[in-house]
Amino acid sequence: MLVSHREAIGEHMVKTREIVFPGDIVQAEGTKPRNGTYRNSDGTYSSCYFGTVQVSEQFLDVVPFSGIYMPRRGDKVIGKVIDVGPSMWVVDINSAYNTLLHINDTPWRVNPGDLKRFLGVGDYIYAKIMSVNEIRESWVTLKDVGLRKMEGGHITSIAAPKIPRIIGKGGSMVNMIKDATYTRIVVGQNGLIWIDGAPENVMVAISAIRMVEEEAHTTGLTDRMQKYLEEKKGEIVGNNE
Amino acid sequence: MGTTSDIKLINEDGLRLDGRSADELRPMKIETDVLARADGSAYIEWGGNKILVAVYGPREAFPKHTQDIDKAVVKARYNMAAFSVDERKRPGPDRRSMEISKVISEALSSAVMVNQFPRAEIDVYIEVLQADAGTRIAGLTASSVALAAAGIPMKDMVVGCTAGKVEGQVVLDLSKEEDNFGQADLPMAVLPKSGNVVLLQMDGDLSVDEFEKATSMILEATKKIHKIQRDALAGKYKAIALERSGE
Repeated sequence: MLVSHREAIGEHMVKTREIVFPGDIVQAEGTKPRNGTYRNSDGTYSSCYFGTVQVSEQFLDVVPFSGIYMPRRGDKVIGKVIDVGPSMWVVDINSAYNTLLHINDTPWRVNPGDLKRFLGVGDYIYAKIMSVNEIRESWVTLKDVGLRKMEGGHITSIAAPKIPRIIGKGGSMVNMIKDATYTRIVVGQNGLIWIDGAPENVMVAISAIRMVEEEAHTTGLTDRMQKYLEEKKGEIVGNNE
Repeated sequence: MGTTSDIKLINEDGLRLDGRSADELRPMKIETDVLARADGSAYIEWGGNKILVAVYGPREAFPKHTQDIDKAVVKARYNMAAFSVDERKRPGPDRRSMEISKVISEALSSAVMVNQFPRAEIDVYIEVLQADAGTRIAGLTASSVALAAAGIPMKDMVVGCTAGKVEGQVVLDLSKEEDNFGQADLPMAVLPKSGNVVLLQMDGDLSVDEFEKATSMILEATKKIHKIQRDALAGKYKAIALERSGE
């Protein structure tokens, strides 16, 4: 009696940037479904998100339009210290779960009970996820090149799934924004972005990031960004031109 | 239900009070991302129903004893506004709204991939601003749209509809009068891809044949509703993509 709606949902080959819904069958010639998909009992794969399809040479991924960040080992994230314990800091990384930073995972010589001298509540850090366990508890470290406490600057955030578009191929998009606005930008995998520079320039950089967020699912974004930054040139407080 | 009246709910032409045929849905409209603070939100107008849904999470479940070590808990809260019905409804949770919250939570849990978020909770706030029969199903239908908009992984959307018996005839999507003066009401929700039933309740009596007829009517209707859900979700993004590609 209970028939499924397969025919209504359709089972065609999907293309990059195509919008899909939870449960939609996703398949593309010669690719293996990977992130954002699940396997059905009949061997086909379905999307688990409302998002767009990303077909690469070997794999097919579904990238959601929104959603929270899930910690993964090796990710570099920006976090905010929300609590200081006797030997650990509790860090909010814009995820469903907070993460911990232990004094032994910092480049400083910290005496237990003296943590506030190094990082207080409200401070931002650029840290790397060291480990994540099966119940999603995670630990971060500051012991790597480039990892540090964030001094000054502004923090803005976008949906974590859109971070790859902000970075662009090999960092092309973020570098373009950096160069055009004379700002320093650090992008965390978790959706937080740190920007430092003259206030006017930071505003332009933030508006550029907002534009990427809004149009992340469209094609030809890099060209449009180039044009946009060209238009905004007048608002930039330059240091050489 | 249970009460009788002299109003003829179905006329000689087989049309209902609002002029619909037996298998016709009331007009429906869904909007997404109506609330800026929520992670995902939806607003549904279905006949006279006006319902707002906000989704938060997944976030660490609180209080801590509600956490489940290997999966997320979906906490739906169905709430009727005092002004949502003819006679002022006493605000706050009552027996009925607690039951509805429970069945909606369970229906959504079977669609959401709860195993991905151990110890977390997903909050779904369903606020009924105006009620006109079938609010639980309308709330559930909007909830699954809001969950999808929040980027929460789901096996499938949840789509619901009601059917019932009015003057001895099986009809789809009961209106307020048909609900009050009819003989049966059957709300049902399915996962459209697999056809799995995730919510099924019945008030009143239906024979086996009538039940079969009612469920097949609902299944047919869920296809249309599923389409409306998808269009509501995609609308904004399709518009931006079209606009940009036209440049």
